[in-house]
Amino acid sequence: MSAISQASKLRSGAQASSGAQGKHNAGPRWRIWAMRMGPAALFMLFVAAWHLASLRYPPFILPGPAPVAGRFLAELFSGALLYHTGATLSEALPGLLIGALAAFLLGYPIAKSRLADRLLSPFIVASQGIPFIAIAPLLLIWFGPGAAAKIFLCAIVVFFPIAVNIIAGIRSIKPLLRDLFRSMSATHWETFVKLELPAALPMSLTGLRIGATLSMIGAITAEFLGTDRGLGFLINQGRGLYDTELVLVGITATVITALCIYGTVRLAEQWLTGYHR
Amino acid sequence: MSAYLIADAISVTYANGVEALRRFTLEVKRGEFVAVVGPSGCGKSTLLRALAGLIVPSAGQVRLDGHPVTQPSHQVGMLFQEPALLPWRTVEKNIGLPFELGNNASRLPPGDATWLRRRIADLIQLVGLSGFERAYPRELSGGMAQRAALARALVTEPPILLLDEPFGALDALTRETLTAALEGIWRASHTTGVLVTHSIPEAVFLADRIVVSTPRPGQVSGVVEVPLPRPRAWEMERLPEFVEAMQTARSLLRAACCATTTAETGRDVTARAA
Repeated sequence: MSAISQASKLRSGAQASSGAQGKHNAGPRWRIWAMRMGPAALFMLFVAAWHLASLRYPPFILPGPAPVAGRFLAELFSGALLYHTGATLSEALPGLLIGALAAFLLGYPIAKSRLADRLLSPFIVASQGIPFIAIAPLLLIWFGPGAAAKIFLCAIVVFFPIAVNIIAGIRSIKPLLRDLFRSMSATHWETFVKLELPAALPMSLTGLRIGATLSMIGAITAEFLGTDRGLGFLINQGRGLYDTELVLVGITATVITALCIYGTVRLAEQWLTGYHR
Repeated sequence: MSAYLIADAISVTYANGVEALRRFTLEVKRGEFVAVVGPSGCGKSTLLRALAGLIVPSAGQVRLDGHPVTQPSHQVGMLFQEPALLPWRTVEKNIGLPFELGNNASRLPPGDATWLRRRIADLIQLVGLSGFERAYPRELSGGMAQRAALARALVTEPPILLLDEPFGALDALTRETLTAALEGIWRASHTTGVLVTHSIPEAVFLADRIVVSTPRPGQVSGVVEVPLPRPRAWEMERLPEFVEAMQTARSLLRAACCATTTAETGRDVTARAA
């Protein structure tokens, strides 16, 4: 919706046909309705199905949506939910940043130099083959039960998709643009700041968006294995107590948080690379 | 007047063994417009890249005003086959780019962003893009994008303008319009022009002199003078001078192509011809 209106707003500067454009995009009535209300309607359908299913099982197997929502609010107002979400975020966000930084520091030379590509790429691909659930205990042994191990795991998890996108972004720069910068006597630094960074930005942000949701998974996984706070701890605690409601509350909070991070990156993307649409 | 820009018997052989140019000599006088015409793949782009200092010839030398050219310099503005605009910059920001690179910023007259703004505005008007100052490249047609690229090439007032088949990717009609526009813009900018193209009418329309090149490795096959007055217009296409220049260039081009074909068919053919 916002992308469409933004595009037509920009286009109306060049052409005077924005009215016809808008009409064409709208389509039949049911389609407009489906575009606007679709996600909410699907969600309601899901909740209804969940409710019907929950009637057939005892609450410790599958509690219904109403008790879970109630418990969610209770945990929210008691402050426990915010406390645990904050703990998880304080691992996921630094992990995301460190992973992104590492992805840039390794990805940039790989994209630019064939030698670096040859030297480093096999290890990067191989590192992706390690199941990160398996190295989580290792990290806990090395770094202890504090935040460090969790941040480290998040960084490892987000590293690969971000690095791949940064490399692809820098490699997508046309040789002609490099010639142009060379013909204008640009220094390496100027070429980096004025050509490579902005050219690789759209793809890098796509990588960051994928990494954003992965960072939550990384943090939760690490929390499963030993800690006293965080959404992973909450879920694990619920499982131990057969408090299925609490497990579902933890999962819900994780999903909402992941959506928020994803949305933030998406907004940054639209703001920074709006010239594309 | 002695030559201003000289390619002195330059040869260029690429790392993969392809010989693009062989002892190519080109002399361009100050304020002159020279077109280099040749079949596709005759090393025309290589010649221009050597003139721009983007590549150093394996033999021979490029000299500008008596000084050897070994790297790109601010003396040269370049227009490529594609507009090569940065998609994240508006038209005016794209045009101002050269002043942000190299030592160009220090070449701005003391104290002036105002000067630069006026310079960009003037150029936008000159190339006919008024009203599109804040437009992004994706909002421009191919011809408009190439106009913006031309403004960018001229913004630092380079004494030399190099044009590498600048309208090759455009449709015939846009091409004619832009060729005529380029002639006017070039006259207004007081630069020395070197155009590389495979379109003979375009070369005759724009140039004072046409250098015809052989297929790879490119060598000079002949020179055609174009005695047409300026400003030029497409109506001149029917003038005897225009027609004659076209015919001379075309027969030179044909002769150049055939000679090489014969040379390549085998030794005995060459021997018999000798």
